[in-house]
Amino acid sequence: MIPELGHFALILALTLAIIQTLFPLIGATINKISWMLLARPTAIGQFIFVTFAFFCLMYSFVTNDFSVLYVAQNSNTNLPLFYKVTALWSAHEGSMLLWITVLSCWTFLVAIFSKSLPLDTIARVLSVLGFISIGFLIFILTTSDPFIRLLPNFPANGQSLNPLLQDPGLAIHPPMLYIGYVGFSVAFAFAMAALLSGRLDAAWTRWSRPWTLAAWCFLTFGITLGSWWSYRVLGWGGWWFWDPVENASFLPWLTGTALLHSLMVTEKRGAFKSWTLLLAICAFALSLLGTFLVRSGILISVHAFAVDPTRGEYMLKFLFSVIGISLLIYAWRANKIKGSSNFALLSRETLLLTNNVILMVAMATVLLGTLYPLILQALNLGKISVGPPYFNAVFVPLMMPLFFIMALGPQADWQQMPKKALLEKFWLVFIAALILGCALPYLFTGTENLFATVGIGLGLWIIFATLQGSYRLHKKVNLKNISRSHYGMVIAHIGLAITLIGITLSSIYSVEKDVRLAPGQSTHLANFKFAFTNIAALTGPNYTGFITQFDVTQDHQLMATLHPQQRFFSVQQEGISDPGISKGLFQDFYVALGEKMDTDSWAVRIYYKPFVRWIWAGGILMMLGGIISVFDKRYRKQSLKKIFD
Amino acid sequence: MIFIKLIKPIIPLLILISIGFFLWRGLAINPTLVPSALIDKQIPEFNLRNLISPQQTLSKQIFLGHVSLLNVWATWCTVCANEYPVLIDIKNTHLVTIYGLDYKDDRQTALRWIKKYGNPFAKIGFDPEGTTAINWGVYGTPETFVIDKKGIIRYKVIGEVSHRIWQRILLPLIEKLQREST
Repeated sequence: MIPELGHFALILALTLAIIQTLFPLIGATINKISWMLLARPTAIGQFIFVTFAFFCLMYSFVTNDFSVLYVAQNSNTNLPLFYKVTALWSAHEGSMLLWITVLSCWTFLVAIFSKSLPLDTIARVLSVLGFISIGFLIFILTTSDPFIRLLPNFPANGQSLNPLLQDPGLAIHPPMLYIGYVGFSVAFAFAMAALLSGRLDAAWTRWSRPWTLAAWCFLTFGITLGSWWSYRVLGWGGWWFWDPVENASFLPWLTGTALLHSLMVTEKRGAFKSWTLLLAICAFALSLLGTFLVRSGILISVHAFAVDPTRGEYMLKFLFSVIGISLLIYAWRANKIKGSSNFALLSRETLLLTNNVILMVAMATVLLGTLYPLILQALNLGKISVGPPYFNAVFVPLMMPLFFIMALGPQADWQQMPKKALLEKFWLVFIAALILGCALPYLFTGTENLFATVGIGLGLWIIFATLQGSYRLHKKVNLKNISRSHYGMVIAHIGLAITLIGITLSSIYSVEKDVRLAPGQSTHLANFKFAFTNIAALTGPNYTGFITQFDVTQDHQLMATLHPQQRFFSVQQEGISDPGISKGLFQDFYVALGEKMDTDSWAVRIYYKPFVRWIWAGGILMMLGGIISVFDKRYRKQSLKKIFD
Repeated sequence: MIFIKLIKPIIPLLILISIGFFLWRGLAINPTLVPSALIDKQIPEFNLRNLISPQQTLSKQIFLGHVSLLNVWATWCTVCANEYPVLIDIKNTHLVTIYGLDYKDDRQTALRWIKKYGNPFAKIGFDPEGTTAINWGVYGTPETFVIDKKGIIRYKVIGEVSHRIWQRILLPLIEKLQREST
C-alpha cells in the first residue's frame, strides 16, 4: 500500500510540474498575471508530493518490506536502522529519487524566499526548475521506479547494503553532494529567466548569488566528506583518486567556484555579463553530466553490473535538450548583451578574470582526462584509463598561479590599481611567506624540498595577505559596516590555503610500508615503532571478524594505540578491512590489515601521514566561509547597499 | 571579424554537441563487456564434482561437439535468483544446452534450491572454493559464457541475463555458432 502511494505521489508531482512549467512561462510571455501566479502553489505542491514519495520509500526500508524490489536489493533485516535509512540512496533508483527530492526542496525554498522578486521573474525561474523536474520525474517513473514490487514470490530477507557503504561518512556524503549539484539548478534557472526575459542587467546575479553560494557550500562539504570517507574506509590511505566519480563532483565545484567570483564582478561592476550567464549554464550542465556519468555507468565499467542502456540514453537526451535549448537561447541573446567592461590591466576585474580563466582551464583538463577513455573507445582506439599521473601533472601547475593571485584579489582596487600600491601592500607579506616557506621544511626535516617550499610558501602567502587585508579594512572602516561576506571570504580563502598546505605536506612527507606481522612482532617506519600487540575475535551487528591492537611508540614513549579490524559480512560474503587510524592535528598513524598469510601472521600496511587532517579542515573552513556569506544581510534587503567596496 | 562575431555565441553549443557525440557513442559501447582474456580462447581445463551426483566428475569434454552456455551462479546471489526463471525459459526452448557452475556455495542449500525452483542446467559443476571460477576469469555472480562446438569461449555476459539479452544477443549468436562446422 505505502509503496503504491509513493508511486502515485510521483505521478501527481509530475502533473503539477507540468503545470508549473507551462502556465507561468506562457503567462510571463503574454503577461497574464493569473497564470504566473500558478508558479508558487504548484512548486509547493510538487515539493509535498515528491517528499511524500521519498518518505514512502524510506518507510519501506525501515519496515523491511522486501516485496519492494529495490528494498530487497539494498537492505537486510540485520542492518542497523541508520543504514536502513541511508541504504535508500545507495543504488540507482533511490539516488534518482533523492535527486528529485533535493530539486523539489530547492524549488520550494526559492518559491518561499522570493517574495521580493518581480512576479514574472519568479514565474520564469520556477518554470525552468519545473522543466528539470519533469525530466527527472519521467525518468524515474519510466526507467527507474524504486517502488516496483517483487510479487508474489518475494525474498524473506534482502541482499543488504554494500559493506563499504556502511559508514557514517558515506551515508551523508551523497545527499550533501546532491544538494550541491542540484543547487546549481537555481543559479541556472535565474540565468535562464534573465535570458528569457531579455533583462540582462545585474539584478539576476544579485538574486542568484546566495543560492549559488549555498549550493557551493554543500558541494564543498560533500566532496570533503567523500575524500575523508575514502581515506578512512578504503584502507589505501589515499584521500583523492581522480576517479571518474570523484571528478564528476569536482567539475561542477570548479565551475561553481568560478561562477561565485564572476557573479560578484557582474553584480558590482556590471562586467562579464555574458560570461557569467555561460558559467551558470555550464555549472548546471556539469552537474547533469556528473549525474549522467555516475548513473549511466559508462565510465566505470567494472562497477557497471546490470546497467540498463535505456537509462543512459534517456538521461543523455534530457541533458542534451536542457543544455542545448539553454545554449541556443544564450546564442540568440548573447549578442544583445552590452557589458560595461572598463578596467585596466592591473585591477580587481583582471585578477578575477584570471581566476575564472584558470578555473575553467583546470576544469577542462579534468573533464578531458575523465572523458578521454571514452573518446578513445568511441573512436575504436582501444581501452585505456587515465590515472593520477596525468591529473597531477596537468592540474597542479595550473593551480599555482591561481593561488598566487588569490592573495592579491581581495585587496586590489576595482577598475584600476597603481603598481606602486600593489608593491607597497604586499612586499612584506611576500617576503615573510618566502622566508617561512624556505625555512620551515628545513627546520623540521633538515633537508630542503622545493615542492614543500612552494606549497607552504603559497599557503602562507594567502593566509598572511588575507589577514592583512582584513586588518587594513578594520582600521579603515567601522566594524558595523563590514559585511559578513567579507568574513566569509577571509575564512574560505584561509581554508583553501590550509587545504593546500595539507595536500603538499601529506603528499611529500607521507611514508608507507607493507609488512608481514604476527602478534608480538614489530616494525619501524620513519622514527616510529609499530608493534602488533594483540588480536581478538569481533562480532558486530551484521559482521564477524578480528580486532587487533597496534602500539605506536617513539623512543619508548607511547604515541598512539590503533585498532585495525578485519570484518566479514556474511550476507554479501565479503570481507573488508577497517583501518586503525590515530588522528592528530599534525600527524596521522594508519594501519590497515590485509590478508591473513598463515596461521597467525597478517599482511599489514602501515602509514605515517603528516598534516593529512588539514586537507579536510580546510574544506570545512571553506564551507563555513560560504555559509557566513550566505547569511549576509545584503541579500535579504531589497536595495543593494554598498557596505564594502 | 564578422565571422568571429557570428560564431562566438554558438561556440558553447558546438562544444556541447561534440561532447554529446562522444557520450552517445560511449553509450553504444556495452559497459558490461569487460574485455576478457579468455574470449576466443579454449576453455580452461577443469575437474569438478557433479553437484547432483557427486561421484561423477565433470571435465572440459562435456562442452565439446555442441554449442552451450555456462552460467556461474550461487544460492546466496540475489541477482542469480532474478535470473533463474530466465534460464529455465531458455532451457525450455531446447535451443541450447546450459551448464551451471555453482560458485562458492553450500551443497545442501544448492540441492534444496534446485528442488524448489527447478533445474535449467544439463549438468552442474560444484565449485565450493571458487578455484575453477578463477581459471575462467569470473568476476562475480552471475556470469554466463557462450561456448562453441570446439570448446572456445565466444562471448561472456557479466551480470544478469535478461530476456532482452537472450533475444537480442545470445540467441542470434547461438544460432550463428550452431551453423558453424565442428
